[in-house]
Formats: sequence, structure tokens, C-alpha cells
Amino acid sequence: MSDPVLATLNLNKSFGALKATDNVSIDLKPGEIHAIIGPNGAGKSTLIQQICGGLRPDSGQVLLCGQDVSGHSTQARAQAGLGRTFQISQLCMEDTVLENAILGAMGAEGLAWRFWQPALKRPELRDRAEAALERVGLSDDRDICCANLSHGQRRQLEVAVALTLSPRVFVMDEPMAGLGAGGSKRLTGFLDGLRVEAPILLVEHDMDAVFALADRISVLVYGKVIATGTADEIRASTEVRDAYLGDAA
Amino acid sequence: MRLDEKYLNGLMIAGLLALPLWAVMADQPFTITLVTRAVILALAAVGLNIVLGIGGMVSFGHAVFFGIGGYAMGILAFHAQTYTALELGLFTTDGTKFMPVIWLVAMITSGLVAFFIGLLSLRTSGVYFIMITLAFGQMFFYFAISWAQYGGEDGLSIYVRNDFPGLNTLIPIQFYAICFTLLCVVLFLFARLQASPFGLALNAARQAGTRVETVGLNPMRLKLLAFVISGAITGLAGALFADLNRFVSPTMFSWQLSGELIVLIIIGGVGRLMGPVIGACVFVALEHFLGELTDFWHVYLGVILLCIVLFGRGGLIGLLTGKEGAHV
Repeated sequence: MSDPVLATLNLNKSFGALKATDNVSIDLKPGEIHAIIGPNGAGKSTLIQQICGGLRPDSGQVLLCGQDVSGHSTQARAQAGLGRTFQISQLCMEDTVLENAILGAMGAEGLAWRFWQPALKRPELRDRAEAALERVGLSDDRDICCANLSHGQRRQLEVAVALTLSPRVFVMDEPMAGLGAGGSKRLTGFLDGLRVEAPILLVEHDMDAVFALADRISVLVYGKVIATGTADEIRASTEVRDAYLGDAA
Repeated sequence: MRLDEKYLNGLMIAGLLALPLWAVMADQPFTITLVTRAVILALAAVGLNIVLGIGGMVSFGHAVFFGIGGYAMGILAFHAQTYTALELGLFTTDGTKFMPVIWLVAMITSGLVAFFIGLLSLRTSGVYFIMITLAFGQMFFYFAISWAQYGGEDGLSIYVRNDFPGLNTLIPIQFYAICFTLLCVVLFLFARLQASPFGLALNAARQAGTRVETVGLNPMRLKLLAFVISGAITGLAGALFADLNRFVSPTMFSWQLSGELIVLIIIGGVGRLMGPVIGACVFVALEHFLGELTDFWHVYLGVILLCIVLFGRGGLIGLLTGKEGAHV
């Protein structure tokens, strides 16, 4: 087996008496999509935040490409190759689609400290940004102000900004959130092809997408991983059925 | 009627050129002084606009930098006019009446102070940021009042305006030319900065700080540098303002002035290149014409401000071009 690109080791996080993350050890191998599922309040967002740098774990480690990044800031983790998308779109609403993508390209190229040449006229930034927009199908909308995008287009742009970073690993927090059936299906197809570029840690409520995409699934309940396995194993597990899936599976 | 912003900007610059030239021909030196005042206030507000308009930081303490610029000019010129030595720890100087040196000192000093104020105050945001910058403003204000060596509460008078090579700065139109040129240079730099990668990142830090972090950039550092650049520009304006009045006093540090700079930007259009310029012109015009009619002209300013905040978020530029301004 190849070494995991991203891993957590015995991660713990409590808020007062509430144990939001309870000894969580998961890993993400090259080329795979590892989905995290669980009921609301299971601690998925808390886990993602600890992986991406928004929250410090009480104990345990986050390993990115074998390196312990538990003490690193969000931006240091991004520079180390972590590309994240948000459950609620974090975009610059007054800027155009292209400008949002350029921001990602600036992060990737380390070109934020330039004061003279317009950002939009720098070929290296533009090429990178437009390539990412092209891939998610937003090329024709590049000059539209982000505030005027539909919800679905914002979700696409959210993915595009992560793409501009050419990350070594994607962490996606409910990329399908609020998408219609058609949009969901298209994004599922896209993510399916994306895993060969960089593995994806996927938090998702859309079970159709999860079962279609995930090589492995971990089920989080009350901060604890109660099961990890392939889609079939998870479907078959009675424990998971009781805790979460109910009759859906 | 909807104007293209470029034409509007061009029109403003043309107006700022034409009005003083007309005043020279019509022999109206006071009009030139008024326009000079507007141009200098605009320059100070362009500085603030980097922080407020692009970076979204509501600094209620920019009078600090305006005052530092003013006192940089006042102190240097005071020592030069009284032929007294100015001891600065390691070295001693006789002061100077040479404008470019004064500007440089004003910009470096206010930039340095901006660095330390920014370092502390940027840890906060929202109301706390407003309050902490206000607190710094008040500190400098009371320090200046108690600084007896340089006039304390009474301030410092400089009898002859400082020198600029090749010009007689005591002639209003020549001093105006200096201020107008500096404003144009700074506006040009502002436009470059706004479109540059740094400007885009700073603008993004205002709108979505988390996003900036997730692409691997540090919003704190972006904002701190913006604060320093902004402080230096407002400091330069302060030095010119003191030179215009040939007088510097603690009122240049007052919180009212910090507030006025914010008001100028809101009237003109937050984050707009020429927002501070239109704002300053309107402000100075109201101050002059309404001030002649009534001592309570601020009431009318208040009504205008209220209308703009309620009905036209893009300020006057937004109203004229039909585009909304930046949300702070």
C-alpha cells in the first residue's frame, strides 16, 4: 500500500463536556475518494476544521504528505498542498468569477506581493485561473459578478478556486449542498475524474453521490468513527444502519 | 443619466485644473486656497480609502497620520526658522525648509507609526477596531496638547511657507500646482495598487477573509501593509495641510478630523478611485458656502450623508455611474 497523503492520528477535540472529535484516525490514500458521512452534529465540520487549520485539536496529529501540520496555520497548510472547498461558499461576492479564480492562482503562484502590473493582465495568473474555470464549465461566465451567479454556479466556482491551487489533496465540505439533481450528477461525474489528480476527502450528505464516488467511507457518530469500509461494507453494516442510514441504504 | 466612471474621473481632474486657472485670471486667490484645501483633504482621504475602501478597515484614527505629517513639517520648519538644533538621539539637525525632505520625513514617520498601530489594532475587527484606532488618535491628540516645546495647545506657526526648487510657494497657484500634482501621482498609484495582485488580495480579504487564508495568503499581513501605505499617504497630506495654513496644532490629531475623512469617502464613494476627491470638493464647498449662511452647516452635511447612506451606497460616484460601492 502507498503512504497516505492525508491522515489524522488519534485526533481529539472537546467543547466543554461535549466530545466533538473522539480519537479519530482516518487516512486518505493516493487516487482515492474517502467520504465522511454521519448525522448532523456528528462532528464532521469540527473534524474538517482541525484538518484545515481553523481549529486546533486538543491532542493528536494531522499529517499532510507525512509531515505533521497540526501546529500550522490555515495558510501554511494551503501552501503545503491542501485545497479546500466550503459548505457555505466563501467567495468574493463583489468580484467577478475570473477575479475569484485569479485569487487562487495568486496563492498558488505566490504572487500576492506585486503592486504594479494589474492582476488580470498577468499571463501566468490568467492562464491558471482560466484553465480551472474551463474545467468546471464557467469559462463563459468569467466576467459575471459573483453576486449574480446562481447557487449552482457558486458551487462550481468554489471547486474551481480549489483547482487553481493544484493541491496535493482536496478536502471538500459538502460540495453538493443545495444543488439540484442535475447539478449534483454533473459534479459527481467531475469529482470522479478528479481523484486521479489528487485524492479527495469528501464530507457529503448526498448519499447517491457518496455511494457512487467513494472508494472508502467512514461513518462518524458522536465524534467517533464507528465504521470504515467500502460502500458495500458500509451498506451491509447493521451498526451503521442503526446509527445513521436507516432505510435509505 | 448614467456616466461612465472614466469620463467622470476625467471631468473631475479637468475641473480641478480649470477652476484654479480661472481663479488666477479672475484674481480670486481665496478660491485657489479653497481648492487647495479640498485637494489636500482629498489626498488624505485617498490614503484612508486604501484601508477603508479596499481593505474594509474602518480606521477612526487616521488623524494620527495627518497630525504626524503636520508636526513633521512644523518641527522641521520651526527649527529651521529659529536656527535651533533638533537633537534626535544619535544625530543633530538644524531642521529644514525644503519640502521634499519634509514630505519624506512625514511619510516615513507616519508609515512607521502606522506599522505599530496596525500591528496592535488589526488583531481586532469591527467596532473594536474602530475604538482602538480612535484611542490611538486621542493619545496623540493629548500628547500634542501637552508638548509645550512645540506650542502645546496653541500649536506652531511657521512664518514663511517651505521651499520647493524652482517655485515660489507663497503664490497660491504655485503651491496649488504642487498639491495637485501630488494628488494626481497618488491617484495614479492608487489605481495601480487597486488593480494589482496585492489590491485584489486586499479586496478579497475584506470580502472573504477565510477564502484568502485557504488559498495560502495571510490576510493580516496584507492589511498591515495596506495600513502602512495608507498612513504614509495621509501623513504626506498632513505635511501639505500644515504648509497651506503655515500652522500646525493639535486639532490636526482630533477625532473630528478622522471622522471627516471617513465622511469624505462615504460622500464620494467607498473604494472608488475618485470618491475621496468628489467627497472633499463637496465637503469644502459646503463648509464654505453654507458656512457663510449659518454656523450650523454640519446639519446639512448630516442630511446629505444620511441620504447617501440610505439611498446611494456607492456615494455620489455610485449615484452618477449607477454602480454600487464596496461594502465595508
